[in-house]
Amino acid sequence: MRFLLLFSRQGKLRLQKWFTSMSDREKKKIIRDMTTMVLARQARSCNFLQWKDLKIIYKRYASLYFCLAVESQENELLALEIIHRYVELLDKYFGNVCELDIIFNFEKAYFILDEFLMGGEIQETSKQIVNRSIEASDMLQELGGYAAGCPSLSPPRSL
Amino acid sequence: MALKIVKGSIDRMFDKNLQDLVRGIRNHKEDEAKYISTCIDEIKQELKQDNIAVKANAVCKLTYLQMLGYDVSWAAFNIVEVMSSSKFTYKRIGYLAASQCFHENTDVIMLTTNQIRKDLSSPNQYDTGVALTGLSCFVTPDLARDLANDIMTLMSHTKPYIRKKAVLIMYKVFLKYPESLRPAFPRLKEKLEDPDPGVQSAAVNVICELARRNPKNYLSLAPLFFKLMTSSTNNWVLIKIIKLFGALTPLEPRLGKKLIEPLTNLIHSTSAMSLLYECVNTVIAGQYSCSVGNTKSHSAQWPQPFLCVQKLRILIEDSDQNLKYLGLLAMSKILKTHPKSVQSHKDLILQCLDDKDESIRLRALDLLYGMVSKKNLMEIVKKLMIHVDKAEGTTYRDELLTKIIDICSQSNYQYITNFEWYISILVELTRLEGTRHGHLIASQMLDVAIRVKAIRAFAVAQMATLLDNAHLLTGNMQRNGICEVLYASAWICGEFSEHLENPMQTLEAMLRPKVATLPGHIQAVYVQNAAKLFATILKNQEGNTDSTTAQETSQLMIDRLPLFVQSANLEVQERASCILQLVKYIQKLQQKDVEIAEEVSALFAGELNPVAPKAQKKVPVPEGLDLDAWINEPPSESESEDEQPKAIFTKEEPKHSRPRHTEVDEKELARRREARKQEQANNPFYIKASPSSQKVYQDAPGVEHIPVVQIDLSVPLKVPGLPMSDQYVKLEEERRQKERAEKKKKEKKKRKEKRSGRGRKHDSGPESEEDITPAHVVDIVTEEMPEDHNHLPSPYLSKVKICICIFYLSRPLADSEKLPVRSHRAAGAPKSSAEDGEVENATSQEPKKKSSKEKREKKKDKDRERKVRFGCWKHFPPSETDSWSALNSLFFLFFFPLALPTKVCDIQGNLQDGSQVVVSVIFENKCESFLKSMEFNVLDSLNSKLQRPEGSGPHDGLTVPFQLPPGVSNEARFVFTVQSIVMPQKLKGTLTFIVKNEDSSTHEKLDFKLHFTCTSYLITTPCYSDAFAKLLESGDLKSSSVRLEGVNMPFHHLLARICFHHHFSVVERIDSCASMYSRSIQGHHVCLLVKTSGQTVSIDAKCDEPTLLGNVLDEIKQTFSQC
Repeated sequence: MRFLLLFSRQGKLRLQKWFTSMSDREKKKIIRDMTTMVLARQARSCNFLQWKDLKIIYKRYASLYFCLAVESQENELLALEIIHRYVELLDKYFGNVCELDIIFNFEKAYFILDEFLMGGEIQETSKQIVNRSIEASDMLQELGGYAAGCPSLSPPRSL
Repeated sequence: MALKIVKGSIDRMFDKNLQDLVRGIRNHKEDEAKYISTCIDEIKQELKQDNIAVKANAVCKLTYLQMLGYDVSWAAFNIVEVMSSSKFTYKRIGYLAASQCFHENTDVIMLTTNQIRKDLSSPNQYDTGVALTGLSCFVTPDLARDLANDIMTLMSHTKPYIRKKAVLIMYKVFLKYPESLRPAFPRLKEKLEDPDPGVQSAAVNVICELARRNPKNYLSLAPLFFKLMTSSTNNWVLIKIIKLFGALTPLEPRLGKKLIEPLTNLIHSTSAMSLLYECVNTVIAGQYSCSVGNTKSHSAQWPQPFLCVQKLRILIEDSDQNLKYLGLLAMSKILKTHPKSVQSHKDLILQCLDDKDESIRLRALDLLYGMVSKKNLMEIVKKLMIHVDKAEGTTYRDELLTKIIDICSQSNYQYITNFEWYISILVELTRLEGTRHGHLIASQMLDVAIRVKAIRAFAVAQMATLLDNAHLLTGNMQRNGICEVLYASAWICGEFSEHLENPMQTLEAMLRPKVATLPGHIQAVYVQNAAKLFATILKNQEGNTDSTTAQETSQLMIDRLPLFVQSANLEVQERASCILQLVKYIQKLQQKDVEIAEEVSALFAGELNPVAPKAQKKVPVPEGLDLDAWINEPPSESESEDEQPKAIFTKEEPKHSRPRHTEVDEKELARRREARKQEQANNPFYIKASPSSQKVYQDAPGVEHIPVVQIDLSVPLKVPGLPMSDQYVKLEEERRQKERAEKKKKEKKKRKEKRSGRGRKHDSGPESEEDITPAHVVDIVTEEMPEDHNHLPSPYLSKVKICICIFYLSRPLADSEKLPVRSHRAAGAPKSSAEDGEVENATSQEPKKKSSKEKREKKKDKDRERKVRFGCWKHFPPSETDSWSALNSLFFLFFFPLALPTKVCDIQGNLQDGSQVVVSVIFENKCESFLKSMEFNVLDSLNSKLQRPEGSGPHDGLTVPFQLPPGVSNEARFVFTVQSIVMPQKLKGTLTFIVKNEDSSTHEKLDFKLHFTCTSYLITTPCYSDAFAKLLESGDLKSSSVRLEGVNMPFHHLLARICFHHHFSVVERIDSCASMYSRSIQGHHVCLLVKTSGQTVSIDAKCDEPTLLGNVLDEIKQTFSQC
């Protein structure tokens, strides 16, 4: 995998994960290309695109597009599964996840992703194990936060 | 201190946290940039505080802003501060920020090494985990090198959570620091059998990635993976393993046999489409590798693609667009190997062209390319043309356009039966608005018009109409991509103007003022071709008593050309002013009633003929031109090697078997060929091939089918007067029917005549491909032209070049002709003198004096002598002096085993036949008589035989196919069959000839010896350091070494000498040490490691054939013993 982008229907970036080192300029160009390409797709089209030498696999969940770029030998359906699995994990963590959850807790979204994928490879295929390690780190964070007298970073849910 | 803390937390009550920031940004939609800049100012203040919580909060906000596209690189150091907090909460935020913001060039990264090392060894597994995760995003080569060991230890951590992260990050470390792969690999392999499934799958992932880059190293793991594949139920892991096998099977065909059963089972049983798709892909890859590789015997192991194609058809028929897409994608892979089995699904694929999803249509288009035949081309293109009309987006339409042209022009227009139809398709395509591919259409028009002679009249008529309606093409600025077509139109009309019905009208169209708005290069073609038209008109008018038309034409030119003379484009201006003056002059002559048409058309005389792309190959390299010689000093090899530190990951397989330049892949070659063809087609000045090497052009039938030009005025956007391609579909159908009918008639006749007893009726059902004859013949011609140089047995033979110069000394030698070298040599000149100068002095028979006055003169002398010496001795092992003295005293016989520069370009690596050696012999007549009837004969040995024409006996000589006047040299080549190449050989031979003087002729005989050194069997083959290393590791090579004393020359001279005389290439050179490589014609690898210290050179050598190696080393030793 090369990168994962989450963006809204308006093309606003919500999350970016780059699995290879890239300069900011390249990143910006890619983000622009991806949003224009994916947003231009019609409904009920297939979820795959060819972009340069990469395969772009995207999927829309509610108002959010998940867009994953993989090398040309990769399995497109597996990439779709990865996106879906990530959404499941987010859903499990936030409980009926919506775009706002990811906007206001974007660091949590990253932490979840970091437990699921690493360095462009799948790290853990079991949902339970991913969830357990996220909970465990959160516990650690809560404890640590207490000790430092820091207000919890957990989100105000009423928005 | 306490106060400070309290103060800090009070301040913080007023700080914005991330949520506030996000909310604020959402509330300031109008002045977002301004709001954010105030936020960034606040953050800068926060970062100045000592409180780590405040800093962490600020860094967290920065991470968010970074995502929005703001530059936060200025805060890199603060991020490192937060990373190094002891609190997990902050550490986590710090690492997240680092992983999002840092990249390889962030300089603070080097400050993090110790912090990361500390975190990696933290007792808290989540600290370690967070550090590993962060590291995976920003690892640099330095970090990889410094931390590789720590991470390797973590691979055996007690917690599976850490183990799997460590395994995954190891892949990144390998990429950045390849040296770590070897020490870490055993442990990585161990992890394949880790009790924790997460760690196991991580290891599978990493090894799959590694194997994809360099499969060969991982073949040994195949049994382990096979076990995993049959036992695992985790589809994620299974997919990876199957992918890995896809990479391994091409290397180990036996794997295919084992795999086919479990894969087939999976294909039938699995419900997971992703797994099914992966299996199908691997099976296809297996078939592909079998069909292209040298593993033909194994292809039977892979079943015919029936199963795959069937499954894919199900996918394509599925309502799920994704499956449809993937089905088509996989189908295109099968198409490469089994086009027949895909072609049967034409209906389905054509159907996909109507899909509303562009991705799917594009994939279907890819497939069409391989599915056309003579029979269905018109039908398919017709369908595509409808799509072109319907297409909304220009990208898709352009894609369609290129595909139509690709499909039609593929394999030399193989599938086009009617070029009138194709021309009208091209003309129809010019109606596309805003396409970028005007030049593509133009080059096709040129190509077809030049190569299909029968079509020229038709093409010219079409192009004239295009020119006449040029305003339709250029009217809109958006459409000017298409105006490139006018380039082709103008050129075709000019070049083949004899076919024009109304040249005057076309000339007028080409000189319209509007033309000046076209791009310069097109205007230039207009001007030049207007001149050609002018010439044609003059010629047509010649003999006409009324000369007004001719004069009117001149006047038209004179009136219109000044517009172009003013052009800002140099090319246009230059051509226009040149032609204008010419026309003015012609006008003057016309007024005097001088007949000038002949002269004017002579300006453009000569027909343009196509030239085969390979024609250049037939042009012999001029004597004395060495295409492979360096013009400048070659760059040192070691440098370029150093730039490839990732050698072990390189995708390319070690191909030491062939020289590099032959490795340019087929695609690239095809592309270049295409480009060359294109260029030739576009180049009106391309030099014609000599008539002898040209294929005789057959005039094609079908000219009578030129239809009446249909004028279509009802559709305004269409270029009026252009025929619709559709009518050709009909016409073609009729033509084919007619042909078929005729054929049937003929057959009937035949049958009637024959009245065969069986009387079985011939089935005249649907026509087959072969039945369809093209209406026009494409001239030329990508194939090789007939070999003119038939006396060359094959260009792929290794050549031992031996130069024999004949001095016929019937008269006493003039002083200048005397070669002191020889007499001295025969007399036993000092063989092992260390200095060149000494030898030279000795050979020059002059007392050794070194007075400064004489120096200059002497130098001259030396130079002259060096040349002479070079000619005689340089390449010559001393052992050969024996054979010399045995020679007829009247003759000098010079041996140059493989020493002439031309040899390099001739050797192409004769992998086809490792047992043939070509000996090129240069015969030089140095006497003053005529030599004729030369016969060359060699006494065959058991091992080496001269190849003689069939029917001649084993002792017959070969006639040398030329005679030699005095002072002339010529070369003849003789082919030898050699059984074993591991030993050097000497063959005795004789040359008989007749010496003819004015008054008498005598029969003479010259004995000689051919010395086949082992070196002569080596071919300079470049080798790359990684391949070289692999070769040495393989352990199949026997080693041997030799030590040379008293070699007094710079190291690079020494290397150059070995390269030159013994056909090695330098693989790598470091200081006074170099590795070299060469390969024998029978595929033995010879590797040398040359080291020098002082005057001692040691050569360690390895080769798979010890005898050959020993002999090669002896020869090298001899080479150096002479210096």
